[in-house]
Amino acid sequence: MSSSQSSSRKPSGLFRNLSAKIASVPMVLTALVVFVGGTAWTVLYSFTSSKLLPKLNFVGLDQYERLWGTRRWLISIENLAVYGFFSMIFTLVIGFTLAALLDRKIRGENVFRTIFLYPFALSFVVTGLAWQWILNPDLGVQNVVRSLGWESFTFNPLNDPDIVIYGILIAGLWQGTGLIMVIMLAGLRGIDEDIWKAARVDGIGTVKTYLRVIIPMMRPVFVTALVLIASGIIKIYDLVVAQTNGGPGIASEVPAKYVINYMFRAQNLGQGFAASTMMLVSVIIILIPWAYLEFGGKKRG
Amino acid sequence: MRKFSKLMASAALCTASMAHAGELEVTHWWTSGGEAAAVAEFAEAFDATGNTWVDGAIAGSGGTARPIIISRILGGDPMGATQLNHGRQAEELIEAGLMTDLTELAEAEGWKDLVNPSSLLDACTFEGRIYCVPVNIHSAQWIWLSHGAFEKAGLPVPANWNEFVAAAPKLEEAGITPLAMGQQGWQQNLAFGTLTLAIAGVDAWRKVSVERDVDTAKGPEYAAVFEAVAKARELARDSNVQDWNLATNLVITDQAGGQIMGDWAQGEFQMAGQVAGEDYTCLPGLGVNEILDTGGDAFYFPVIDDEATKEAQMALASTLIAPETQVAFNLKKGSLPVRGDIDLSAANDCMQKGLNILAAGNVLPSGDMNLTADTQTQIEDLMAEFWTSDMSAADGQARYADIIASAE
Repeated sequence: MSSSQSSSRKPSGLFRNLSAKIASVPMVLTALVVFVGGTAWTVLYSFTSSKLLPKLNFVGLDQYERLWGTRRWLISIENLAVYGFFSMIFTLVIGFTLAALLDRKIRGENVFRTIFLYPFALSFVVTGLAWQWILNPDLGVQNVVRSLGWESFTFNPLNDPDIVIYGILIAGLWQGTGLIMVIMLAGLRGIDEDIWKAARVDGIGTVKTYLRVIIPMMRPVFVTALVLIASGIIKIYDLVVAQTNGGPGIASEVPAKYVINYMFRAQNLGQGFAASTMMLVSVIIILIPWAYLEFGGKKRG
Repeated sequence: MRKFSKLMASAALCTASMAHAGELEVTHWWTSGGEAAAVAEFAEAFDATGNTWVDGAIAGSGGTARPIIISRILGGDPMGATQLNHGRQAEELIEAGLMTDLTELAEAEGWKDLVNPSSLLDACTFEGRIYCVPVNIHSAQWIWLSHGAFEKAGLPVPANWNEFVAAAPKLEEAGITPLAMGQQGWQQNLAFGTLTLAIAGVDAWRKVSVERDVDTAKGPEYAAVFEAVAKARELARDSNVQDWNLATNLVITDQAGGQIMGDWAQGEFQMAGQVAGEDYTCLPGLGVNEILDTGGDAFYFPVIDDEATKEAQMALASTLIAPETQVAFNLKKGSLPVRGDIDLSAANDCMQKGLNILAAGNVLPSGDMNLTADTQTQIEDLMAEFWTSDMSAADGQARYADIIASAE
């Protein structure tokens, strides 16, 4: 974005940079046919009563009415909201804090950076299974604390329908914060040394410098991190499958799991398409105002 | 020496059928100890025909395997043969012309007269043509009781569900979980179905599951069922295992009094070296209402455009239903054979009970044949929620009636 703005040549005319345009044709076609086409197809068939195979017998909004009358879908949405809210806040806060600490030129920075980033190299299935064991009352945290002498200690989130989503949140944070930390660290390294010197000359404290000067300067980095976290939240599926499989009961169901289950196990494509369309709509509702503020505002300014 | 002659025999068979020897990939989800031992019998019998069984076991229950199987068939990468529960699951695949028609073979071998009960073959029949081979009869309406657990509590082994419920407090006093229950929707749903047949009776069940009569679903018979399920929920409070075979293991090791589970649980008891009637007791229909459904597994053969493969498919279809394979397979699996004409004197106590019920004709079509996968998933979701929450029996019943009302 910034490099194209800074380049002195301005594109004028259809045939300028022809080879670059030809080179981008396959990607444009893929985007149009696969993404836009596939999305349109899914939305269209969400208004039908398709079962195992897609069929064009329209039933209006029936699938959506049923969807919003289903307890499991409502719980899924609620879980996604809780998970999304806390995941967004904690990932940013923990990620930035770790990055800021590492940026203080500590000894062994490479070692810590590797340790924090390592969980990101694991697949969600492995993370889910590992945390299923760690949170298992007979094997994991609860057992260890009890064996240290605190007999009444109870920590059993995965078997309690009220707090199971927080058990998943812990695993999600463990996996996700490392990447955000590295991105933040790269952002911090991009800040000029002179800024720090100037702040010190003016007698501004370290924390205040971070909050008032550094973080506003890192806005693009935060936007990148935000997009990465948000996309991770919406598509959360494998972590839940590996860790709880939606249980106990249906207490930790998430929308993506509902979609998969209804499309393939219940053999009700229409219902699955309606659910995935709702997921798309919710993303658009969040994305459009933000994109308008972010990009629309910039042009005018 | 015996090994050698066996080898010679199979070599002879090999050369005899070399012309049409084929490799078939067979997908199934039989992965627990007893199940794997049973499926090995099929593989051996099929290999003896000079073809090769390429095992495509998919770990996880049917809920995991079915989508994989179906998406492979739809995606143009069909396997040679696959297990599916018969009934409505494969209906649309047949409609789309993706499954091989077995009618000729079935007529040549006279399946119509062999298969008992005939409803099994009906479930394989679509518009007058036969598309699958039933291989066994499974029934879900059983409770498995641990003799050791009741001994520990100083009680006689119950003879029906009501006695079991009455014995529960004493079991709890002895530190035993009364009811083992895997925390998965399908198991909770199975227990619900079994309690329905035992408590509401067949007529009410038929009205709801076959005729989808909403008034009965809202009526007093089903109210009693939901009360019983709520009671069972209390009895299973301390059981926090997931898989069914782990729950069965609680019964085998006397940590739990009993488990409501289909007759495939028997394979696990056998693997553990337990004897029916001595170490464990089984009560069909919970001892209240001795009636079994006739669900089961069947093999389908996706259409593959290759002569050699087609011949191998027919050879497999014929092998699966042959009397010797039926006996060997079902003894290991703990299920009942689909043929009425074979000798099963080697069968144990529990299988004999099942065979007697079959012979007396006390059978129902399985839920698979009446309700669509969609409706069943909805009921399963409801049961998963019911068993893990404090939903009242009345609420559960009202929501069940809603699902029945919207079923197709």
